[in-house]
Amino acid sequence: MAPDAALNPQRMGGRRWFLNWLLGGSAAGLMGSVLYPALQFILPPKLSEAVLSSVVAGKVDELPPNTGKIFKFGSRPGLLIRLPSGEYRAFSAVCSHLQCTVQYRGDLSQVWCACHNGRYNLNGEVLSGPPPAPLEVYSVTIREDEIVVSKA
Amino acid sequence: MEAKTRSKVLNWLDERLQVRVALSFLARKAVPMHRHSIWYYFGGMALFLFSVQVVTGILLLLYYAPTAEAAFESVQFIVTEVRFGWLIRSIHSWAANLMVAMVFVHMLSVLLLKAYRKPREMTWVTGVLLFFLTLGFGFSGSLLPWNTLAFFATKVGTGLVNTVPVVGHHLLVIQRGGEDVTGATLKRFFGLHVAVLPILTLAVLLLHLLLIQFQGMSVPPSVQDQEDRMKKMPFFPNFLLRDALGWLGAFGLVVGLAVFFPRELGVKADPFAPAPAGIRPEWYFLFMFQTLKLAPSHILFLEGEMVVFLLFGLCGLGLILVPFLDARSRRGERSPLFTALSILMILYIVTMTLVGHLVKPA
Repeated sequence: MAPDAALNPQRMGGRRWFLNWLLGGSAAGLMGSVLYPALQFILPPKLSEAVLSSVVAGKVDELPPNTGKIFKFGSRPGLLIRLPSGEYRAFSAVCSHLQCTVQYRGDLSQVWCACHNGRYNLNGEVLSGPPPAPLEVYSVTIREDEIVVSKA
Repeated sequence: MEAKTRSKVLNWLDERLQVRVALSFLARKAVPMHRHSIWYYFGGMALFLFSVQVVTGILLLLYYAPTAEAAFESVQFIVTEVRFGWLIRSIHSWAANLMVAMVFVHMLSVLLLKAYRKPREMTWVTGVLLFFLTLGFGFSGSLLPWNTLAFFATKVGTGLVNTVPVVGHHLLVIQRGGEDVTGATLKRFFGLHVAVLPILTLAVLLLHLLLIQFQGMSVPPSVQDQEDRMKKMPFFPNFLLRDALGWLGAFGLVVGLAVFFPRELGVKADPFAPAPAGIRPEWYFLFMFQTLKLAPSHILFLEGEMVVFLLFGLCGLGLILVPFLDARSRRGERSPLFTALSILMILYIVTMTLVGHLVKPA
């Protein structure tokens, strides 16, 4: 006698085939519903952050000419430079390469990233090294004795 | 009397656990002796150093605090206030470095001696996974003291995944626990370092060791024709005692280094300080770091760091797949191409590491 066709798991559309798919599908569904919340849990929730358009980066007499300092622009570092001429420049201090914090090098008159030797000029443009893009430029205004930096 | 008690205990165990099967296996286990036998010791050496890490790591856990506010101070407390804290922390740090070095040596010797060839493909695959896990331990562990150097190394290292197309930014956020390296990153790295990686490592290590027991030691192709006449050393106790002698030496070295060259703690990480001059990662990431430094900002139409990252990713994948790619070794033939590729890879890593070490920052 031929084996019962309905019990042959190989045969498409048989009862056994259907039950195997049902079992496999349910197992996959269960796994999915267990893993989904766990994966979502790993992704950190977005923290609402006050969107700053300008900050006070320092006092006017604080920086000697040809030096720079890091200031807080919200949660990110910014770089304020006082040129030898006394003029101020401000940039995002986050290197466009791999997000190290850059610094002003008075001896070179350049903005320098110590991590991978990236160099920018005083307009934030890349001079040499691996950075793929210029630094974000901020505008600087003097309000009484405070240096106010704002996003352009 | 003593013999009687011993056989009683043995019988008791055997009835429940069939220990005699294991004992007779151990009695038959032998290690082939030939001119490349020295390389058989390095895997065990890495294993020994791993166990040092487990013990010292658990000890450090007693005082370490994984938050951005307290991590640096807690390590400071360990090395200044806790009795022998300076020793335990320094041993953990030195043994980590030595372990990475031993894993490198073990893996490269297996690569050059073609011990990955059939039927040991899965031993190789698990071994490469253990190598990656070891690097993961090093990467996650170096952030834990929360000093400036580690802070920026982590910034760069985690920033690299951002260059992966499509999912890169998601991966970055998952790794850092946010957009930036913060206390959230420290907590994630801590969990990785003391829970996730140890569990994964134990599982893969168990498989790796089991496979070695199943297949025995590989004999290199160059001496394979003498395998029948080859002298063999019983594993227990002869080889194991030699192993133990090596471990004792390594332990002495680690303690000596820890005492005379204690690892510095550095300066507490400040997210609002510029990256200090002369910054560089741990020596075992130096070749990647130097490559990143030398890569141009754009290669064809792609960003330089993306190309570098994808290339290293491909190399890592290639490393895992070596036994399946090297068809000649699989057939038992000589495979000069893979020897040449391996030597090229070693030369590249050594050169870039030296360059990265010697080049003074501008």
